Amino acid sequence: MEFPDDLKYTREHEWLLLEGTVATVGITAFAEQQLGDVVFIELPAVGDKVVKDEAMGVVESVKAVSDVYAPVSGTVLEVNDDLPENTELVNEDPYGDGWMVKIEISDPTDLDELMTAAEYEAYVAEQQE
Amino acid sequence: MKRTPLNATHRALGARMVDFAGWEMPVQYRSIIDEHTAVRTRAGLFDVSHMGEVDVRGAGALAACQYVTANDVGRLQDGQAQYTLLLTPDGGVVDDVLVHRRAADHFFFCVNASNRERDVDHLRAHVRGAEVIDRSDDYALLALQGPRATAILARLTPVHLAHIRRFAFADDEVAGRRAMVAHTGYTGEDGWELYCAPGDAAALWDAILAAGQADGIAPAGLGARDTLRLEAALPLYGHELDENTTPFEAGLGWVVRMEKGDFLGRAALAVHRERGPRRSLVGVVLGEAGVPRAGYRLLCDGKPVGAVTSGTMSPTLGKGIALGYVEPTASGVGTTLAVEIRGRAVAAQVVRLPFYRSGGA
Repeated sequence: MEFPDDLKYTREHEWLLLEGTVATVGITAFAEQQLGDVVFIELPAVGDKVVKDEAMGVVESVKAVSDVYAPVSGTVLEVNDDLPENTELVNEDPYGDGWMVKIEISDPTDLDELMTAAEYEAYVAEQQE
Repeated sequence: MKRTPLNATHRALGARMVDFAGWEMPVQYRSIIDEHTAVRTRAGLFDVSHMGEVDVRGAGALAACQYVTANDVGRLQDGQAQYTLLLTPDGGVVDDVLVHRRAADHFFFCVNASNRERDVDHLRAHVRGAEVIDRSDDYALLALQGPRATAILARLTPVHLAHIRRFAFADDEVAGRRAMVAHTGYTGEDGWELYCAPGDAAALWDAILAAGQADGIAPAGLGARDTLRLEAALPLYGHELDENTTPFEAGLGWVVRMEKGDFLGRAALAVHRERGPRRSLVGVVLGEAGVPRAGYRLLCDGKPVGAVTSGTMSPTLGKGIALGYVEPTASGVGTTLAVEIRGRAVAAQVVRLPFYRSGGA
């Protein structure tokens, strides 16, 4: 299972790619593996305000319904319009074509609580015990 | 948790294991959707050894089975099986089962894993003139299902499969092991269920996977088993059926043979039939994106009229499908309903069942 080094991670298994003040967010390889085949995705709309650690969307697999949490507070700039029709992208390419939203960050200190790839890998190992 | 003889096999194949009815079972090996598609287009192999097997034997076996089941077991010849129901005296469903006639004095039930003990107790309480023997520990059960299933099985058995019609069975050998070969299944595809000794299960499993490799056979777990049966609109006990549900409400009136004579639950069912159903089982297809799930409310013109009993994203249809109970007035094919998903009413329509029929629409 892959956890790219250039990303940050949350305890709820989201990843974040920071570019200036814009964060691209999706769910990790661990999350997609736990979920199984993703069959439905609900994402916020462009312009929506999201709040750190609050649910901003839903990912459903055949067997499970899972909230997607905002890793940082801010405003939704862009949403991956390919996803609703191609939910398998989340399983096939969770860090690439499976990206979910881009957020304009309102408070950069939100980033301080995120984990590095190494920290997240250790966290995942704990979850699996 | 209990384990089937194939537990190590499943782990070696990388299956995700879950607790089902107290058994450790594979929910998926790789992907529920891939396994579902394999069964629909090629072949899938399931371990369903957790199911229960019960013998009813003795001079009074035929009469006893006729009394404790809803369908007419008198229509069966040796080597034939039928889908039937065990009922409470109030006409509610104790379990939905397959009964196989081996001989006039020997009937063999295959029952749901979750109901095994209750079914054995129920049979013991109501069977007269015959012995009820729980044989579950004596059998493993593999289900080979899909359009290529027969071709694959034919390579492994001397049985003339073309001579075994749907719901018929024969005792013979598969891959050199004794097995009861039954032309039955729970997927809506053609297929076979193979009852064998627990010690032979692993060898049989490996032989079938090997024989079917060129056909693209895949091991399939309980996740795919559920999406397959739901597309075929086959009920699942505990969801569409329980002791508070009559066969008529569940659309299983065809299983009930009132004219066969007295049977346990008959008097109550006669009253229910007079009164008419309080609710009806329907199938709905969602008109918008969304996944209906058990417990979600069903609405008609904004009013709650019932709830989903089983739901999923149908891999074959690419839409959300569900079975559920609604007020009879909201049950007509074509009725516009809504499924309440996280507080939002998602449009759905009552459709004719099954959602999917093998061989095309």
